[in-house]
Amino acid sequence: MTTAPTAGTRELSAELRGFRRVQRLAYDCAQAVAAELRPGVTEREAARMQREWLRERGVRDWFHLPFAWFGDRTAFTGFRVPLQFFPTGRRLEPGMPFILDLAPVYEGYTADIGYSGALGAHPVQERLMADLAAHRELILREVRERRSLREIYADVDRLMVRQGYANRHRAYPFGVIAHKVDRVRERRFSPRLFGFGTQSLKGLVADALHGHREGWSPLWSPYRFSDHPPRPGLWAVEPHLGFRGTGAKFEEILVVTDSADPEESAFWLDDDLPHVRGWAGTGATTDTAGKAERK
Amino acid sequence: MTLPEGARERWVRTGGIELCVAELGDPERPTVVLVHGYPDSKEVWSEVASRLVDRHGFHVVLYDVRGHGRSGVPKPLRGGFTLEKLTDDFLAVVEAVSPDRPVHLVGHDWGSVQSWEFVTVERTRGRIASFTSMSGPSLDHFGHWINKRMTRPTPRRVGQLLGQGAKSWYVYLLHTPVLPELAWRGPLGKRWPGILRRIEKVPAGDYPTPSLASDAAHGAWLYRDNVRPRLRRPRADAYAHAPVQLITPSGDRFLSERLYDGLEDWVPRLTRRVLPAGHWIPRTRPDRLASWIDDFVSSVERERQTEAAGEARGDDAGGPVRKAATGRYAERFAGQLVLVTGAGSGIGRATAFAFAEAGARVIAVDRDAESAARTAELSLLVGAPEAWAEAVDVSDEQAMEKLAAKVHAEHGVVDVLVNNAGIGLSGSFFDTTSEDWRRVLDVNLWGVIHGCALFGRRMAERGQGGHIVNIASAAAYQPSKALPAYSTSKAAVLMLSECLRAELADQGIGVTAICPGLVNTNITATATFVGVDAQEERRRQRRSTRAYGLRNYPPEKVANAVLRAVVLDKAMVPVTPEARGSYALSRFLPRALRALARVGPPL
Repeated sequence: MTTAPTAGTRELSAELRGFRRVQRLAYDCAQAVAAELRPGVTEREAARMQREWLRERGVRDWFHLPFAWFGDRTAFTGFRVPLQFFPTGRRLEPGMPFILDLAPVYEGYTADIGYSGALGAHPVQERLMADLAAHRELILREVRERRSLREIYADVDRLMVRQGYANRHRAYPFGVIAHKVDRVRERRFSPRLFGFGTQSLKGLVADALHGHREGWSPLWSPYRFSDHPPRPGLWAVEPHLGFRGTGAKFEEILVVTDSADPEESAFWLDDDLPHVRGWAGTGATTDTAGKAERK
Repeated sequence: MTLPEGARERWVRTGGIELCVAELGDPERPTVVLVHGYPDSKEVWSEVASRLVDRHGFHVVLYDVRGHGRSGVPKPLRGGFTLEKLTDDFLAVVEAVSPDRPVHLVGHDWGSVQSWEFVTVERTRGRIASFTSMSGPSLDHFGHWINKRMTRPTPRRVGQLLGQGAKSWYVYLLHTPVLPELAWRGPLGKRWPGILRRIEKVPAGDYPTPSLASDAAHGAWLYRDNVRPRLRRPRADAYAHAPVQLITPSGDRFLSERLYDGLEDWVPRLTRRVLPAGHWIPRTRPDRLASWIDDFVSSVERERQTEAAGEARGDDAGGPVRKAATGRYAERFAGQLVLVTGAGSGIGRATAFAFAEAGARVIAVDRDAESAARTAELSLLVGAPEAWAEAVDVSDEQAMEKLAAKVHAEHGVVDVLVNNAGIGLSGSFFDTTSEDWRRVLDVNLWGVIHGCALFGRRMAERGQGGHIVNIASAAAYQPSKALPAYSTSKAAVLMLSECLRAELADQGIGVTAICPGLVNTNITATATFVGVDAQEERRRQRRSTRAYGLRNYPPEKVANAVLRAVVLDKAMVPVTPEARGSYALSRFLPRALRALARVGPPL
């Protein structure tokens, strides 16, 4: 990490501190639940464990309810309709990879995170996670260069193909690699529609309407409506790699501002996250990205 | 004597007769006991045995089954060949050659039938570490197999019964008195070597041995003493007490592959392997057998060592975790050497991964060293026991020669060759310069020619089968005004494959042309568009990439088609639905296809 200032050195506003708090809470939850996973646990049970862990700590509303994917469902093998994203009765077996994806709203701040792991050693997934480091740096660099979101998407795609992987975020609704998140008003009653909190959906739809008039979109997709420079705000970025029935992703918040200073114009909200710490430990750095770019 | 140099012979006395036992290699190494079939003697194993000793360093033991080769003949013959007596013989041999350690057993044909008895009876427990079976089922399992199909006949089961019933014609003949002996000692014995060469493609040489006639005459009692009693009353407790590797030749004239359905019920730890060959694989495929026996024996030995070490330390620490090949075709490709050109991206890379998943050893060849290395690296992760990367331009003959020399010296003869490297070129015939033509033909056609010539020659010389896959294109039979040079090169590849297939058919080498169609790879991004300026070329590359991306047919599916085509030995496989559609048109409505050829792509 040479360019990205760490959360420690940057003075965050109260608002960003709120987002960082909930993002850390979400990652704590994912780690706690991942440590609890045992052979035989189903996806539904894993999703419920996340929900209950966060409810105990005061989470009342959700951007979306927690997801859990086991085995080849981590690579969305055979996914045709969005309903297949919801947790199933598939049971975890030793050596199976898993992904937990949760998006709690806490004190009005939203987080949306993804956590990849496996029950026991899983060399393929470990490799995928290591190779995601290059994507995290590529995205940040190109956002700072104010490239169009659609172009950045295509560059991430090319890097994946060069690494030998398949793009699996293409399976998400609208094929998004990221979407905007925002503050949400806290209500006593927080109903959900297809697992997505109505308050958050309302914010997203409002953004989409504004954006449609002004020529931008809260969804970062490969399509024409994303052919615009990054819009200031908070983006939950989730590159998702797939390789022969194994998937891996991370998801975290990228802060985009309208500052002229490149360092300040975009930065990851928090650099003290499990996957980032993992890369620092193993020395997975910009090398892969740099090499790929020089070609 | 046709046994390899350095064979030490000894005689083992058991049940009133003497058995001729030969030993090769260092007795300190794990012992592999090879048991021959009918009508054979221990010399049937000579090729496999020498490889197991020289390349893999085992202590190999062979013996002539009673009544065969130089071993003694029981008197009287009737009742002298029961499985109980054969088990006594085996135990006596094992006691003599490896008194302290259990042995690894390998049986072919009747050697496998009797070995099934050894590995399923209680008194050999602890004496057998592993068993590799080829072309010989357990008579007890066979009896249950028949009973199951007789008591609950469904059309499929009746078909299986009739199929195996027809393949067993010789068993009925062997039950007639005297006639088989007369035939073997008379005309059949004389003709047999010729029949083996013609029908089973067994290479000429010093096999079969001169003792053939008496082996075959005495061996008839193997059938008469055992087949009827065992099939009528199969043992109910015939469970294997050692890990078993089952090698099934898919072209066996005497045994149906279906015989081994449900074998998992009898064998808790079963590894299956399939070999596209006839019945006499110890003669026709010694390299493959030696390598599979080595893999299996070594894995069992490793396991035993870790177990021993674990017991000593009082914990259950295992060795290093390596992902076992789990792919659909692992039975067929495990341990085989596969070379893929253009393996740095697209179909080539996906094919390398698919073979790696099936447990093959992969050589990834690409012009770009870095992406080839990447392919090799990921191949190791998904199940290849070994993988190497080579940076070579397939159109460069000298570089290809160097590659072939290196591969043959370091890794051996290639079992499956995939000539995949290719480039795209689009534009009017009159805008295509001779330089353009040369470039396309150099890669797309000459690359394939170099591959087939260099690696195919060694494959043919080895004479132990193999397969060549050439990636052609739907453009090979679908004319288009937009792709004159590319289509010409691919049509040549298709015809080359067909001709080569005809030439190599007798050597047991299959040749397949794959015609993928529109597949989402980077061939569009790197394609040349002639007759337009650089900017327009980039635009067209982008447009065609986008179109292929919208079609989004993944290269992984083409890779699966490649593996399937090798397994089924297909001559020509169009892959995508549109490729299959236009292939049908080219056969039944060629005029419609010609009309289509006049429509340019919307770029």
